[in-house]
Amino acid sequence: MSKEAVKPTSNSFIMLRAMVGIGILCGFLIVVAYEGTLPRVQRLKAEALEAAIFKVIPGITQTKTFMWDGESFVPAKEGDDPRVYAGFDDSGELIGVAIEASGQGYADIIRILYGYDPQKQQIIGFYVLESKETPGLGDKIEKDESFLDNFIAMDVSLTDAGAIANPIVPVKSGAKQNDWEVDGITGATISSRAIGNILAESTALWMPRIFNHTSAFNVEM
Amino acid sequence: MNQESLGQIFINACLVNNFVLAYFLGICPFLGVSGKLGTATKMGGAVMFVMLISSMCAYGIHALLVAVDAEFLQLISYIVVIASTVQLVEMFIKKMSPTLFKALGIFLPLITTNCAILGLALFQTNKGYDFIQSIVYALGAGAGFTLALVLIAGFREQLEYAEVPKVIRGTILTLVIAGILSLTFMGFSGLGTQ
Amino acid sequence: MSTGTNHTETKSTDEFIKGLWNENPVFVQVLGMCPVLAVSNTAENALAMGLATAFVLLMSNTLVSLLRNFIPKEVRIASFILIIATFVTITDYAIQAISVDLHKSLGAFISLIVVNCLILSRAEAFASKNTLGKSMMDALGMGLGFLFALFCLGAVREILGNGTFFGLALFPDTFQEWIVMILPAGGFFTLALWLLIFNLIKQRKEATA
Repeated sequence: MSKEAVKPTSNSFIMLRAMVGIGILCGFLIVVAYEGTLPRVQRLKAEALEAAIFKVIPGITQTKTFMWDGESFVPAKEGDDPRVYAGFDDSGELIGVAIEASGQGYADIIRILYGYDPQKQQIIGFYVLESKETPGLGDKIEKDESFLDNFIAMDVSLTDAGAIANPIVPVKSGAKQNDWEVDGITGATISSRAIGNILAESTALWMPRIFNHTSAFNVEM
Repeated sequence: MNQESLGQIFINACLVNNFVLAYFLGICPFLGVSGKLGTATKMGGAVMFVMLISSMCAYGIHALLVAVDAEFLQLISYIVVIASTVQLVEMFIKKMSPTLFKALGIFLPLITTNCAILGLALFQTNKGYDFIQSIVYALGAGAGFTLALVLIAGFREQLEYAEVPKVIRGTILTLVIAGILSLTFMGFSGLGTQ
Repeated sequence: MSTGTNHTETKSTDEFIKGLWNENPVFVQVLGMCPVLAVSNTAENALAMGLATAFVLLMSNTLVSLLRNFIPKEVRIASFILIIATFVTITDYAIQAISVDLHKSLGAFISLIVVNCLILSRAEAFASKNTLGKSMMDALGMGLGFLFALFCLGAVREILGNGTFFGLALFPDTFQEWIVMILPAGGFFTLALWLLIFNLIKQRKEATA
């Protein structure tokens, strides 16, 4: 009787001891690995983003991160959303603002970063942060030079009412006539059209905000 | 953070980025039980069911881990919670509905180690889906998994009677069929856009 | 006579060799298919994934073998999974610290090493029953076998699908890439091809024997 009562307790004690022991060991190992790699991981990620920002706003030497708080732009802290990246030249002059946008592509979500120059009221650079478009076809949106040329001086000027005068529209390959049209890629029609739509949606939201609040970027940090 | 419409998520998970044919998740049961149409259907149903439950659990855990700032425990807690949930569900079904248990029972333990389940949990977290989106994503992924499984099983049943060289019978033949199916499913790409 | 020591030595190298060829986890046992197909689109990805898996396998086999008398039978699977998940998390952070790009292209598939049937099956079938030295040998053999298989797939897919090898162009510009090889479908076809080669070799051996 007493034997039977003792046996299961000792058994479950062993099980518990094993599980808790392994749990503690594993938790310890994970925390050590996490803490050990964290600084380097963060630095690499920041460097990758910085490199992308430098690509979409040519000629800048430093960047600052801002957050839209509903009325204006304020310097962003860690984890703030939605955010934009302002780029400055050596003398601290605002050159452009980089904005992240995403939308449905041919295969999966495409994430892009584009640069906006509030003085010229133009998009001045474009970079694909993440896409799973078909290799050899859809991924031309990252490499095709004539497609990327679309975004060197793309017109996104505003009307007096504060809306985009000529919303960005994707057109067929070779049919581009105006500065606000995105010339498509043969063989990547849907992917290039998706880029156009992502840009149209994002610019309609962000251009008025940035254009009307450029002074908010000139703060000492 | 993510504003995809529910229909888009479903079509994406089910057809465009089919878990088996585009992400290669859940290949092990795929090769194992895709021989008979009947078993394939039941397996698909069981996977869909578990996906739904683990998707909800994963959403809860992620929210909890973010709240206590311990996201590095994500993987380990996902796998533990999914494994134990499957076990619980198995016991629950056994008690509540013996008929359902008979239909799904033997597949449930198998599913725990199915990468599609963990993959689903990880992808939905990566994509930042909210609760409803996660559920739709799980349903779509489950439906896609079932679809792929049933299609392959259908082909394999037919091929039983075909004269195929002995060397390529079994796994190799299944892989080639899966490859052709995967190509076919590529035709669905772009459905998510206008 | 030194037969005794000789015997154990061959034993331990046997564990190593069997994983590489006779019981190759991918080509013979057809285990751990998901990562094999998903990230073998370039030789570099395949190599990284193979190394990560081999590392996790080695570490988890070592720990499981060390703790094999400490873990009760009833909770062994749960313990193994905990141990494996730990090392996968560590590997995940290590890869992130090495290169963000690599981490991006491998994506969620690093985390999915946890459910690679290969690792759990080695822990269960081998490491929990054998000594530390043998378990490590077994893990090394299986891990390298897995790496070898992944590399075979990745190399074929990259050379045919992209015309490059480790990013270096191999062919003149006139080469028309077989895009299908980098697509998911190409993964299935390439694996089928390698399995066919292995089966043919095996068949020929049996015929001559």
